[in-house]
Amino acid sequence: MAENTGGSNSQIGTVRVKRGLADMLRGGVIMDVVTADEAKIAEDSGAVAVMALERVPADIRRDGGVARMSDPSMIEGIQAAVTIPVMAKARIGHFAEAQVLESLGVDYVDESEVLTPADEAHHIDKWAFTVPFVCGATNLGEALRRISEGACLIRSKGEAGTGNIVEAVRHLRSILGDIGKLTQADSAELFDWAKRLQAPLGLVQEVAETAALPVPMFCAGGIATPADASLVMQLGAQAVFVGSGIFKSEDPAPRAKAIVEATTHYRDPSMVAKVSRGLGDAMPGLEIGELETKLAERGW
Amino acid sequence: MSPLVGVLALQGASGEHADALRKLGARAQEVRIPKDLASIDAIILPGGESTTISMLLESSETFEPLSELLAQGLPAFGTCAGMIMLSNEVLDGRSDQRSFNRIDISVRRNAFGRQIASFEKEIDVLGLEDPFPAVFIRAPGVEVAGPAVEVLATVELDKGNEIPVLCRQNNVLVSSFHPELTNDLRLHQMFLNEV
Repeated sequence: MAENTGGSNSQIGTVRVKRGLADMLRGGVIMDVVTADEAKIAEDSGAVAVMALERVPADIRRDGGVARMSDPSMIEGIQAAVTIPVMAKARIGHFAEAQVLESLGVDYVDESEVLTPADEAHHIDKWAFTVPFVCGATNLGEALRRISEGACLIRSKGEAGTGNIVEAVRHLRSILGDIGKLTQADSAELFDWAKRLQAPLGLVQEVAETAALPVPMFCAGGIATPADASLVMQLGAQAVFVGSGIFKSEDPAPRAKAIVEATTHYRDPSMVAKVSRGLGDAMPGLEIGELETKLAERGW
Repeated sequence: MSPLVGVLALQGASGEHADALRKLGARAQEVRIPKDLASIDAIILPGGESTTISMLLESSETFEPLSELLAQGLPAFGTCAGMIMLSNEVLDGRSDQRSFNRIDISVRRNAFGRQIASFEKEIDVLGLEDPFPAVFIRAPGVEVAGPAVEVLATVELDKGNEIPVLCRQNNVLVSSFHPELTNDLRLHQMFLNEV
């Protein structure tokens, strides 16, 4: 069915088409939702896409146990409720979950450390899919390894479910800082960089030349306020994922809309101030040093 | 002086349009708030999520002043979400979604389906010698084009059913696909010829 879109000589699942959707999401907010009602609220508030999952990261953290792909009927319920793109999460290395999500027609698969990893050595071979993938990264080497496996969108991981922005900032600064250093390295030094980053030389050379990742980079993990969104956008993220930060706050709809506006007008402090007024309590935050599990350490 | 072209930059792929304009010798100006509209000679409405952009146009109080400029004849080029926003009628949109009514077409959102059905294809364009590399991403489709609309390219939606994907009415140009995601500048040039 999908193979015939556009008539003869058309090609689906190309890098340009996969990456292109990520390009269209730039400057926007992707919101975690667990029900069709939440998905509607997200769409009404200006989300560019929703991430359908069974529990937001804050609840996964609280409940413990193995976190898996969501029930297909729940994902379908969300697909039916909104017109914006719907993403869903598969466990790291769990290509069968990814195949199921592709068959459901989700618009992006997040191979996510928020779920319990299914493989301790291998990520999914993402080139084998028509559906595009987003993957998390804490540093440049991790980002380039995911891109070499076929990821068409990178998100800095942050520490999901904490409402604490500090890890997202650390990861963004690490990735963008190393990109800056690569552009200063001479051609001989790039071989050593590839070895240290444990990343393919070709991608390292490409980043050194273009001063950017070959795919868009968004930010995730710990965004809870409009000012958080402005901070990570100013640091160089091209869009933001908000997980627990919206639906674990006191009044989700106005906060969702405020984060959308702050992401658009991130360079205008008076606009960020304007949308930050009277939003009620943000989600309760967690100190990183007191966490039992650091989700960002999952992935290899 | 080279023309100053506004690129709506509330959300979506605005940077690539600005790059294309600069390569063709025009000046590009990001538009996020009403004062960014001052002294522009034309505007590009980029791809992105039309529901999001539509909401942000309202909240930034940019919808009305931009609508006024368009009604006065500001040349406009809309790609994907931008096509939706320039159209007379949006099908499968949100009930509160507004459009600028600058081209007499009815547009269905996501007409070609979800992302796994997104595609690229070389298409023939009226007035261009060689085929154009067209990238369709969750693309909208034109269901009805009025008599004043020139259809410059079509694509097969399903067997035997060709629908318009590139249309022009006076100085308003719209495409279902994304010329800004390729290095081919011919459609941007076609637009600048009208400015």
